[in-house]
Amino acid sequence: MNFSLVFVFVIPVVLIAGLSWKSAAVLSHSSLSDLLFSSEWSPMKGKFGFFPFIISSLWLTIISIIIAVPVCLSSAIHLTQYAPAKVLKIMHPVIDILAGIPSVVYGAWGVLVIVPFIRDHVSGFFGYESSGYSLISAAFVLAVMIIPFILNLMIEVIRIIPSELLESALSLGAAKWQAIRKVILKKALPGLVSAVGLGISRAFGETMAVLMVAGNMVKIPEHLFDASYPLPALIANNYGEMLTIPMYDSALMFAALILLTVVLIFNLLSRQLITKFENYR
Amino acid sequence: MKKHKLEEWIFRLIMFFSTVLIVAALLLILVSITMKAWPALSWEMISQVPHGGYYFGKEGGILNAIVGSLILAFSSTFLALLTGLPVALVLNTSLIKRKRWVYFIRYILDLLWGVPSIVYGALGFSIMIYFGLKTSLLAGIITVSIFILPIMIRAMDEVIKEVPLSLHEASYSLGATTGETAFLVIIRQCFPGIATAVLLSFGRAIGDAASVLFTCGFTDFIPDSLNEPAATLPLAIFFQLGSPLPEVQARAYASAFILTIIVLVISILSRIISGKLNKNKINF
Repeated sequence: MNFSLVFVFVIPVVLIAGLSWKSAAVLSHSSLSDLLFSSEWSPMKGKFGFFPFIISSLWLTIISIIIAVPVCLSSAIHLTQYAPAKVLKIMHPVIDILAGIPSVVYGAWGVLVIVPFIRDHVSGFFGYESSGYSLISAAFVLAVMIIPFILNLMIEVIRIIPSELLESALSLGAAKWQAIRKVILKKALPGLVSAVGLGISRAFGETMAVLMVAGNMVKIPEHLFDASYPLPALIANNYGEMLTIPMYDSALMFAALILLTVVLIFNLLSRQLITKFENYR
Repeated sequence: MKKHKLEEWIFRLIMFFSTVLIVAALLLILVSITMKAWPALSWEMISQVPHGGYYFGKEGGILNAIVGSLILAFSSTFLALLTGLPVALVLNTSLIKRKRWVYFIRYILDLLWGVPSIVYGALGFSIMIYFGLKTSLLAGIITVSIFILPIMIRAMDEVIKEVPLSLHEASYSLGATTGETAFLVIIRQCFPGIATAVLLSFGRAIGDAASVLFTCGFTDFIPDSLNEPAATLPLAIFFQLGSPLPEVQARAYASAFILTIIVLVISILSRIISGKLNKNKINF
């Protein structure tokens, strides 16, 4: 029975070793700073500058987090502090279903609803010409996708806080909103931040939905309605051709390695915070 | 005092609307996909494989993708269950005293849970190339099972760790070994939770596209053996949506509707199971 534990240790080792080994070729070909900060992307000439993709990924993640976090936070407070228990009972399946909808369905929904909406109504309003396949569409779809994930974590975090804290604040004469803001949110802050961190790493690696609505043009997006090309979409889109061009497969593996590194860092930091939060409590 | 009241009132309004917004988003997704899918839905769609010219709006259906996805999801869930259940049990029986190890293993599993599926897919593809293998159902099954393994183990682990220690001790005091305690006593106690974990993983397996994109391939036929490529529903949606023809795009939404229904059924099933399969459970 103990033998089964082998899988747990083998998978991460193979992941990291495999990706590093595959990306060694492109790393010996050009320097790390060239790969990360150059914008020249022409695989045929052996130029691999990942800067446009990294910037796209960063913007996408930041915007989707900016959209998702306020909604999650206020809904989490509402559901745990104000709403009757019945509402939370109804919301649990809603959150589960939202979390369970496959990302390709979110992508299809984005193409069906969000993209035309941005193209016809929003981009014109701000004075931009846009196909709708843009940074903002992708960020919006991504935000809807990570809302159930972050909301679930936030509800758990706020629930862990002992109700005596709220009660003693109330008995000292604080209004409910004051007590929530100054006691509960203060206590929950590390947990809430780590929920956001986990959301960031989820958003950073999301592939299919983003691939379908982001526009996928190799350039640094200039404004919200410009097309973007995040890292996961790059990998998914080009895998077919990678065997025909030298060094291309190595470059794409390097992209996967960047993805893995960023996701792992955010995960590690968030887990660290959560552990602190639990000890602190 | 009045200022506080006003502030609270405003924030309560915002918070209430955030919750409404989330419900509205779900309804909007379901309604818009259903409305777009409805005209293209037919019996033909789910009972036939694509015929010649299907991707140009001619006859056929997506039976190949439905069957492919079901085979893929069932086998990979089964494979992950075979490897994952022992891990979840070990964590809570023979390793139960080694707190540091258990903590470390959970930590690794949580990190693996966060790894995007495209990374698994890309690495799986590289390994296949290295060994000179072509895209096949088997490669897809293995990649997906590795991708859902951490999800399944952690979901089962969360349930198994709630089993009271006194139940372990009762079993040991009757002379049972660690293995017997784990497989005969604890599994029975946690059966609903394990079933929910399996269904959760199944839902992930059937909905994920990025990990099968390079490993499983795509074909218009129902696969006869594990060495053949297989079509999957998410990829069928993705490819049909890429077509410029509106008929084919409508079929993509119909496929998305079918996939969503499958996922919804799984979600409802797991709710029913966790409510009903409790009859063998000992209540403390």
